[in-house]
Amino acid sequence: MSKLGTLGARLYRGEVGYDFVGKRKIWYGISILITITAIVGLAVRGLTMGIEFEGGAVFTTPKTTVSASQAESAAKSASGHDAIVQKLGNDTLRITIGGVDTAKADQIKAELAKDLKLPAKDINADLVGPSWGETIANKAWTGLIVFMILVVIYLAIAFEWRMALAALVALIHDLTITVGIYALVGFEVTPGTVIGLLTILGYSLYDTVVVFDGLKEGQKGITKQTRLTYSEMANKSLNGTLVRSINTTVVALLPVAGLLFIGGGVLGAGMLNDISLSLFVGLAAGAYSSIFIATPLVADLKETMPEMKALKKRVLAKRAAAAAKGETEEEPQDAAPFDDEGDDDAQTAGAVVGQRRQPSRNNRGKRR
Amino acid sequence: MAAPNKGRRPAAGGQSKPGRALAFILIAMVALTGGMFWSHHTTPRLGIDLAGGTSITLKAKAEPGQESAINKTNMETAVQIMNRRVNGLGVTEAEVQTQGNDNIIVNIPKGTDSEQARQQVGQTAKLYFRPVLTAAQGSPTPTPSGSPSPSATPSAGGKGTPKATPSASGKGTPSAKSSPQGRAVTDALKASPTPSASKSGSPTPAPSSSADAQAAAAKLQQQFTALDCDPKKGQAAKAGEGAKSTDPTVACSQDGSEKYILGPAEVDGTDVAKSQAVINQNGQWIVQMDFTGGGSKKFASITGKLSQQQYPNNRFAIALDNQVVSAPTVSSTLSGSAEISGSFNQKSAQDLANVLSYGALPLSFQEQSVTTVTAALGADQLHAGLIAGAIGLGLVIIYLVAYYRGLALIAILSLVVSAILTYTIMALLGPGIGFALNLPAVCGAIVAIGITADSFIVYFERIRDEIREGRTLRPAVERAWPRARRTILVSDFVSFLAAAVLFIVTVGKVQGFAFTLGLTTLLDVVVVFLFTKPVMTLLARRPFFASGHPWSGLDPKRLGAKPPLRRARRTTSAPVDNPKEA
Repeated sequence: MSKLGTLGARLYRGEVGYDFVGKRKIWYGISILITITAIVGLAVRGLTMGIEFEGGAVFTTPKTTVSASQAESAAKSASGHDAIVQKLGNDTLRITIGGVDTAKADQIKAELAKDLKLPAKDINADLVGPSWGETIANKAWTGLIVFMILVVIYLAIAFEWRMALAALVALIHDLTITVGIYALVGFEVTPGTVIGLLTILGYSLYDTVVVFDGLKEGQKGITKQTRLTYSEMANKSLNGTLVRSINTTVVALLPVAGLLFIGGGVLGAGMLNDISLSLFVGLAAGAYSSIFIATPLVADLKETMPEMKALKKRVLAKRAAAAAKGETEEEPQDAAPFDDEGDDDAQTAGAVVGQRRQPSRNNRGKRR
Repeated sequence: MAAPNKGRRPAAGGQSKPGRALAFILIAMVALTGGMFWSHHTTPRLGIDLAGGTSITLKAKAEPGQESAINKTNMETAVQIMNRRVNGLGVTEAEVQTQGNDNIIVNIPKGTDSEQARQQVGQTAKLYFRPVLTAAQGSPTPTPSGSPSPSATPSAGGKGTPKATPSASGKGTPSAKSSPQGRAVTDALKASPTPSASKSGSPTPAPSSSADAQAAAAKLQQQFTALDCDPKKGQAAKAGEGAKSTDPTVACSQDGSEKYILGPAEVDGTDVAKSQAVINQNGQWIVQMDFTGGGSKKFASITGKLSQQQYPNNRFAIALDNQVVSAPTVSSTLSGSAEISGSFNQKSAQDLANVLSYGALPLSFQEQSVTTVTAALGADQLHAGLIAGAIGLGLVIIYLVAYYRGLALIAILSLVVSAILTYTIMALLGPGIGFALNLPAVCGAIVAIGITADSFIVYFERIRDEIREGRTLRPAVERAWPRARRTILVSDFVSFLAAAVLFIVTVGKVQGFAFTLGLTTLLDVVVVFLFTKPVMTLLARRPFFASGHPWSGLDPKRLGAKPPLRRARRTTSAPVDNPKEA
């Protein structure tokens, strides 16, 4: 762990750096690939909708020795529909029967009780009409859109519209990945999943905001210097906040993981599990996107601004000049410490894009 | 927490006065905990999923051609009516809420006859027009009404009579009080002149010949005398419960200010075709009613009879679920359509129109889902949730200790403070606003551990960055704060926004989750500002932290700090720069 601390220090000083922004094409490519996979998965496999969306009934039995397969056939004969039977940790059974309407549920419950030799009053029936989940889903859409609009406005005020736009893209990206994973793996979509998805909204952005905050700080007075282009600065800021971002994500994931593996492990299935699963997937996606998608996107957007273009030109020109100078005057440079400016430039030119934080502190003359 | 604060002024409870902030939060904690024990609500109220009970989802169904009947106002009226009904069953904590445009969720805690509740809840409101036989002040205690009757018939003695004899003409005087209770009295059908003579109502409700009827009348009389319409006493909703529409009954006005003996229903809600609040030529709000064909005949006949009577027997009660919404006087025979005038304001007129329409409108409800949850299942889930939460918390603590060493102590203390605040507030919100901790809410609270810990990380990392710059701890703590504060505020605001949107647009289970998330996000800000930062300031003075003990998490060497700051930045060529140190 302390190694991570040292790494943090080196990242902070820019001694080590990962060129997230420079290699953005790779990340964009990966993300596009994931997105396409997600969309294809969604189109081909579709989402496995829970009974909340299909309508049906969930029966929960008290502690019993009846096996899952026995219960399954009993449920099938009682209802005439296929049933999903899960044995829960505490020896209770959870029997899910889709496509059952409310009126029929009591009858099925009575038959189940008879077949499984359990008192009917101990069997819990949870009846769900198909429009119940639909309502939640519709609400979720409304919530999603309202939230996106509000958060874009807020981020545009707190930061700037380019960052707001990038954050929005990252957010949509996270949601796509999450939904895609649900389609591909075949996890069941329940209202719990929808809740989890909506929560990702706030949470994925939490991470993005932490990163953007560093970015905002880094871009102060950027046009007044000629050492770094915007992209390089962005990459440097990103590296500076990397430890913070990793830590916040890890700490956010830990309780969710606890919910997912322990809560879910003990109880088999249920709302806890549904929420935490989508949160887990979404949070992980959110951490990825704030580093690999959001920041490079901001850089791309910023680089289209005239002043940033001009900056880039100046930086590159200076670098080219310095490089030319450096090649010819490499020896004299060491011998001529008075040439501060030239020194700085030579250093930066020599460094790999954007990794050097503070050229003035460099060991002069060493080229990488 | 709106836009990030760009100011660099020292934070509240900054270095100078960390004690004040700490004292404040300590007092808040003690007060909340004290309040919790004092009010005997030491555990959060559990939701239906954890405590068990029945949850019924009803969907409004409109008759063909009446689709517009499903609107917000009607839904809200329906919720009010259902609320009265389920709580009329003797259930104290039933919740009725709208969900979406056309759903109503009724949550009935365990220990209730859910079958009965299901039947009661889904029915449309029963609206009847009944003649008033007797009226009196709502509560037997003689609260002298501030408005003496203008006609002052000595026989009435009115306002003073301590015994609530049926003859008490009560405060039933038209001099208007603006509140709805005044309205019920001052309403006049078709701008009827204010009743000139408030003759004390004849004590015999309905003169009848047979002994049976007399016995019934006497019984009614007795009920009437005993009836206390004070809303706090809870009798009002049950008054005349079970009475048939063809029998006389007793009833309270909705606000409990008046009580009545009412005759058999003459016209019922389905006879009203339409009702709306309008402004008449004089610029006053009135309620217009249109009757159906059969309805107008019945209405004409009853108003014809009533207009012959003396006050209060010329009054005409509009009773919804056996509570009197309004009891105007009648001065002439009416049919087809009618107006109710009185001291209405826009809202009260619309409310009444709504009630009239609602009782008549074919807005019926269909069961969408009926969920029976036993406490056992909920307890299991709660148990698992709590274990998961504890393990999640444990993992976070282990991670923090491993990574932040001594600093983790501050983080853990802050988490504890946050937990205490969350728990006590949740416990107090149960009785306060009916907050019930359901499973998603538990989930939200667990997820919130991460959010809360995130704020510390943001702050700690900032401090460490400052130390890496070569600062000593105390200035580092202060310099790191404004920047960390901005990040925390912005990201917490985004989290809060998500929670708020989630809370507003969704319902039921999801709301519990969103509420918890929003609450903990707010508390996170409180804790970071009033606890974490001041404690950090105080601990920065301790040698253990200030000297950068290896286990403090602030060891400059480990953090790879620059050597002590040079006086001036980048003076000449900085030849004394250390060689690469990391």
